[in-house]
Amino acid sequence: MDFASSSPGGVPAPRSSTTSAKIVVAGGFGVGKTTLVGAVSEIAPLRTEAVMTSASQGIDDIASTPDKATTTVAMDFGRITLDEDLILYLFGTPGQHRFWFMWDDLVRGAIGAVVIVDTRRLADCFPAIDYFENSGLPFIIALNCWDGVQTHHADDVREALQIGPETPIVSCDARRRESAKSTLITLVEHALMARLRLERRGVGGRNPAQAGAPGGGRPILRFRPFSGSAPAPRAVAHRVRAASVPPPYFDTEKVSQLGDKVG
Amino acid sequence: MTHPEMSDHGDQEFHETLVRPYAMTGGRTRPRYQLALEALVTTTPQVANPPGLLPEHQRICELCRQVKSVAEISALIAIPLGVARVLVADLAEAGLVVIHQPGNDQGQPDVTLLERVLSGLRKL
Ligand SMILES: Nc1nc2c(ncn2[C@@H]2O[C@H](COP(=O)(O)OP(=O)(O)OP(=O)(O)O)[C@@H](O)[C@H]2O)c(=O)[nH]1
Ligand SMILES: [Mg+2]
Repeated sequence: MDFASSSPGGVPAPRSSTTSAKIVVAGGFGVGKTTLVGAVSEIAPLRTEAVMTSASQGIDDIASTPDKATTTVAMDFGRITLDEDLILYLFGTPGQHRFWFMWDDLVRGAIGAVVIVDTRRLADCFPAIDYFENSGLPFIIALNCWDGVQTHHADDVREALQIGPETPIVSCDARRRESAKSTLITLVEHALMARLRLERRGVGGRNPAQAGAPGGGRPILRFRPFSGSAPAPRAVAHRVRAASVPPPYFDTEKVSQLGDKVG
Repeated sequence: MTHPEMSDHGDQEFHETLVRPYAMTGGRTRPRYQLALEALVTTTPQVANPPGLLPEHQRICELCRQVKSVAEISALIAIPLGVARVLVADLAEAGLVVIHQPGNDQGQPDVTLLERVLSGLRKL
């Protein structure tokens, strides 16, 4: 007992080996992200917020310039204890796509992403897919079949989204636990396969020609005619690979409230 | 503008250690550790709370008697994520909590972790 109090700054030995992992749930506004998270989470989805100030204003003390534009980005998440020493977190992306810095935070170290798609509003998921393709994060498409009606076939969706054959497309009902669960299983299987493929390539890395082939399997042609029978609006029919979007906000989360207290 | 550099030894530095991030940043913060949202935090057993703790520090210590992620700390104590990160880093520096960064291999979950998650999900 004495030794514990005598060296409070000493290096504490880790007392538990609990590990965490996370999965990102993305998609357009109101597409069912929080619903899916809530369907499998062992806790009611929690909400966390990040506060930032606009880039043009700089990143100095917010308290001294109270008229500075700040934005709060909220995201919700759930938790699944998979084993006594393994916790999985499910993070829903913020609704507004422009908060890319938040996505960086979400994606770093993630297993992969489930992109929920409402086929009646297909274009809503384009930014998410662009983002995950560019960041190399494994993702799957989950078609949320609202009221059991699937208005498009998976093949048509694949073509419209311009995603390769290796990316799984599944149907799901975000409200049902079993459906949400199997969607997550599909994602982790996909991520595991992608990971193993990567490692195999790493082992066989002596062949530089093979290792140098970028984005293997991905379609190069980004504009392809929509071949589905339902004539969709042009914006919905084709996903055009987005140029990299400059983030309008810096990653500067503020500690203004607590900063005031310390003064 | 200038701030006393923290020394790594001596109990009299303790208070300063805990407060420094705010003084240093003047309300702005770039956390020294980029803690993952899902990084796990556990309170270490302490005989007594050292001086210099903010109420929020104490609440985190209380909360993390059972392991919690940085995101959960932010949500449950109702503080912005950036604040939670700084406070957790303070507590870790002071030895009051232990942080378990997720088991990653160069920023990517390794095969073992993926397999464990997969079998865990299948057993749900
Ligand atoms: N009928 C039906 N309703 C659904 C389904 N999934 C979600 N909803 C409803 O759709 C609404 C929006 O779902 P949310 O889960 O909040 O969507 P979200 O993607 O989190 O929305 P934002 O975070 O605002 O972008 C809620 O009222 C849900 O109950 C579904 O599969 N079928
Ligand atoms: Mg939501």
